Amino acid sequence: MNTIIHHRYALTVHPVHAIFLAGMLPWFLGAALADAAYAQTFDIQWNNFASWFLVGGLVFGAFALLFAVVDVFRPSQRARGIIPYALVLLAAWIVAFFNALIHARDAWASMPTGLILSIVVVVLTFVAVGLGFRTPHIRGAV
Amino acid sequence: MKNHRMKTKTVGWLAAIPLSAMMGVCVGQAGPSQVGPDPTLPKPERGLLPDMVIAKPAPWGDKTPTVPDGYTITAIATDLKIPRQTLILPNGDILVAEGKGGNAPNLKPKDVIAGIIKARGTSSVKGGDRLTLLRDTDGDGNYDVLTFAENLNAPYGLALVDNNLYVANQDAVVRFDYQPGQSKASGPPETVTPLPSDINHHWTKAMTASADGQYLYVGIGSNSNITERGMTAEVDRARVWRINARTGEHKSYATGLRNPTALTIQPGTDQLWAVVNERDEIGPNLVPDYLTSVQEGAFYGWPYSYWGKNVDERVRPQDPAKVASAIKPDYSLGSHVAALGVDFSNEAMGAQFADGAFVGEHGSWNRKDPVGYKVVFVPFRDGKPFGAPVDFVAGFRDKDGTTRGRPVGVTVDPKGALIVADDLSNTIWRVTPTQAAKSQQPVAVAQ
Repeated sequence: MNTIIHHRYALTVHPVHAIFLAGMLPWFLGAALADAAYAQTFDIQWNNFASWFLVGGLVFGAFALLFAVVDVFRPSQRARGIIPYALVLLAAWIVAFFNALIHARDAWASMPTGLILSIVVVVLTFVAVGLGFRTPHIRGAV
Repeated sequence: MKNHRMKTKTVGWLAAIPLSAMMGVCVGQAGPSQVGPDPTLPKPERGLLPDMVIAKPAPWGDKTPTVPDGYTITAIATDLKIPRQTLILPNGDILVAEGKGGNAPNLKPKDVIAGIIKARGTSSVKGGDRLTLLRDTDGDGNYDVLTFAENLNAPYGLALVDNNLYVANQDAVVRFDYQPGQSKASGPPETVTPLPSDINHHWTKAMTASADGQYLYVGIGSNSNITERGMTAEVDRARVWRINARTGEHKSYATGLRNPTALTIQPGTDQLWAVVNERDEIGPNLVPDYLTSVQEGAFYGWPYSYWGKNVDERVRPQDPAKVASAIKPDYSLGSHVAALGVDFSNEAMGAQFADGAFVGEHGSWNRKDPVGYKVVFVPFRDGKPFGAPVDFVAGFRDKDGTTRGRPVGVTVDPKGALIVADDLSNTIWRVTPTQAAKSQQPVAVAQ
């Protein structure tokens, strides 16, 4: 019996896309943990860490989004599932950006909104990573 | 040594009339309910981004600030290196402290961005770290510009007691020997006492001497807007020290004063007065900067509360006991005006401006509708502020944001002149009653 392998479909994201997509998670998880530590201790340094972690996650997220958007807008390479993935990723990024502005408030003014948003961002990013890695990446000509 | 004459710019009677009409409008913008002993305090508010309206610097050209009818304003020194506070010496010489201090690191992405934006509204000149002496040898209103001392560390507060010239650097009070008529320091200064200087978010060390000359009062600003650099950074900050001038010993004279940027003694009394800059980023009409008599041992709220017992929710851990002990300041100047100079007036300034205090307002950044950018006169009666502030020197900022100058220190010359330091155009302005200026006698100067 012959098995035909379609090389045009690969069930992995592009490696660079993968790095930026998965890389968002530790940044945003770090931000949420730092926010929790600030809420526990009132030690301002945790608040500073969270602010920078959010920026790190936003930079990684911007590159991941770029890959997703390119895939969405090239019909020949638009795989099933790319739209929900791109939307969740975009939502994670927008909430994280909003959260970064909240974190620019001085001292406790960023709390508790900052902590809540950080948790929301982690959940959205987790979903985005999951969807992103399950969405086939289409290469080559039709 | 440099020794050159400064050109005189005079606003005549005709030019002053339409401009003084404009000044009435400025009072309205500040919101009359926000000035005085009992300002209206709205609820704290903060959008996603803080309101930032930054001055757009421009040269003066042929223009000058505006003054009331019957007064003349002259630039007596230009091209200085960030002049902040001035001191009138007994022979009429004017000492100018020049510098730019602080070494607060950027802790958040916000600090980096806000730092770049705010820097656009200030002078790009490097701080002089020096004292400049201005001398009018023949009483014609033209001043020689001499360098009195160099290699200081962001000098700000100045005080003369007998033959001791005290200078508050950003990290220490230092003392020079001073002889009347001296135009250059005889040597490097000696340290009286170090001052709290870690981080130095608010670095200016305002200073004045007690009436008897025994003590020096030094204002030490907070190390943050509202504790965002951590509580430990605020040890020994946001207070006024009383320092024994002879021994250097100190005690905290009053606390909870976020940024006491200028201090002075009320003439004929021992009473210390201060202008204090209050916290930002909780709305355009919070928190009022104020002028207050400083009560010994009193707590004025920062960081836990403002204007008495209004709790600031941004501070953790909170301290209800401290809030309960907080007292209200005497007189609101309006939120965000950034009062950086204060001095009491005298009879020689003319009847309308004789009883009261002049306040230099550097101008706002954290407000859509900018305020400050002028020198106001707070009238006094029976030794207390009485009535709304009156614009005395204005025209620093146009409605479109073009800003030619930003007032800092104000000092009243006993002979009848107001000296205003402008740290944007790096100019010293001298405002005199037009009549008095004509009859002024030459000042004798020992060589």
